[in-house]
Amino acid sequence: MRWVVVIAALTLVGSAAAADGKQVFGRYCVSCHGPNGAGVADRGPSLHGVGARAADFYLRTGYMPLKHVGLQPRRSRLLLDDAQIAALVRYVASLGSGPAVPHPHPERGNVSAGMTLFRSHCAGCHQIVAEGGYVTNAVPPALGDATPTQIAEAVRIGPYVMPTFSTKAISDDELDSIIRYVEYAKHPDNRGGWALGNVGPIPEGLVSWFIAGTALLGVCLVIGKRLRA
Amino acid sequence: MRAETAAILLFLLTGLFSVAFIVVYAIDRIPHQTQFLGLALGGALVSLAAALIITGLKLVVTEELVEEYPPPLHAGEVDLIATTVEEGGTRLTRRRLFKLTLLAAGGGLATAALTPAVSFGPILRVKDFFGTPWTRGRRLVDENGTPYKASDIEEKDFYTAFAEGADKEEAGASVVLVRLPTSSLKLPSELQGYDADGIVAYSKICTHAGCAISMYRVPTFAPDEPKPALVCPCHYSTFDPASGGTVQFGPAGRPLPMLPLEIDGKGHLRAKGNFNEAVGPSWWGVRSRKPSPHA
Repeated sequence: MRWVVVIAALTLVGSAAAADGKQVFGRYCVSCHGPNGAGVADRGPSLHGVGARAADFYLRTGYMPLKHVGLQPRRSRLLLDDAQIAALVRYVASLGSGPAVPHPHPERGNVSAGMTLFRSHCAGCHQIVAEGGYVTNAVPPALGDATPTQIAEAVRIGPYVMPTFSTKAISDDELDSIIRYVEYAKHPDNRGGWALGNVGPIPEGLVSWFIAGTALLGVCLVIGKRLRA
Repeated sequence: MRAETAAILLFLLTGLFSVAFIVVYAIDRIPHQTQFLGLALGGALVSLAAALIITGLKLVVTEELVEEYPPPLHAGEVDLIATTVEEGGTRLTRRRLFKLTLLAAGGGLATAALTPAVSFGPILRVKDFFGTPWTRGRRLVDENGTPYKASDIEEKDFYTAFAEGADKEEAGASVVLVRLPTSSLKLPSELQGYDADGIVAYSKICTHAGCAISMYRVPTFAPDEPKPALVCPCHYSTFDPASGGTVQFGPAGRPLPMLPLEIDGKGHLRAKGNFNEAVGPSWWGVRSRKPSPHA
């Protein structure tokens, strides 16, 4: 008898949380994603079947809620607290059967294999040490703040204009290696010593111009003085 | 006189370093080629600078004359200056040799600086741009040589494929593959039938400067987001895969060459022919003929 009460209570709490999620949804999401997450043409996509995976990604990165339609979602301060996000993720997951939040195992991955995979699939946009970059009309973000779970989610979802990679294109094991490499790339081993932001030849060129320019100026001054003497 | 000899020798050295630069540039197999190129160019510039410094300090006439003020200018003084300058000019005894070596230094250095321009255009070799490994029926394989099946190619992802059995380094060997909803395809009439069930293949080499097209922009929610595009990371040339690779943005001057595709009985992707245009960066003769498979 006691068990029945406990189970009933848990069910109630569960449905209360789901209801709470619906309430948060009504407040922040419904204007674009529509009642019951069915989507609104020209404003926001349907959330049926996207699962906890997409909801967890978009909410925990601060990509959603979006300020207004048409903006690129970017990593930003979280508007919702942890309990609200959890409730909202459960609510979105309850809208249709979709994938769950992944649990990657970067410790099983291989940094070297990860770099090769990252180079062929990701570095074109995100830059080889994940410093981010540009693509026409959009900004591939730097991955310094991306958690392993968020990376695993983004690869499968393809947020905004990012391609979507299925398990056929990148297996879960390969994904572990990619995540391990991104974790490495957050603090790469700079053999040269001076990283200059790890963004390649432009700052390196500026620095050498600065040093070489100063040296040249010095030489000019010395020659000029000698000539005058 | 010793200063003059030193200057002449230094000019000759500049010429020699410049020739060394050209030789190192021409012979590709030299180990540490970049370092030697740097050494040669650096040597040429340093010896030229030294020669000019010596010339300036020791050989150019410097006569400091204090003009008395306010004495009026007399014709005699003008003559005196002229004579002094003329006499000073005799410091250069081997005028011809000096001029000749200066010419050698300047000419050598200028030629060395222009040598890399040979690599700009296919003045000497254009067959890599017109000759490609693609023939009708050639399969598309991934970088490990595994043939692609049409069912492997999913929407919203992009793939790099090579001609089966071809050298992957070849400009015409690599293509980028994407699948678009057939309803969104707007291929121009001359490219009708180039797609296979919505799968389209374009040369992976940008038509601007020859970088690899390594970015694919594809919207999650089409109404609010930029439409699909293949983007080159070097200068952001942006190509529309739905309309035959036409340029949407950036410095590229012509569409990406498109490879016609078909699906065989086993579901494998095969080329239906060759590219519609020459692959690789553009130059003045790029439209002069159509690409053809090489032997």
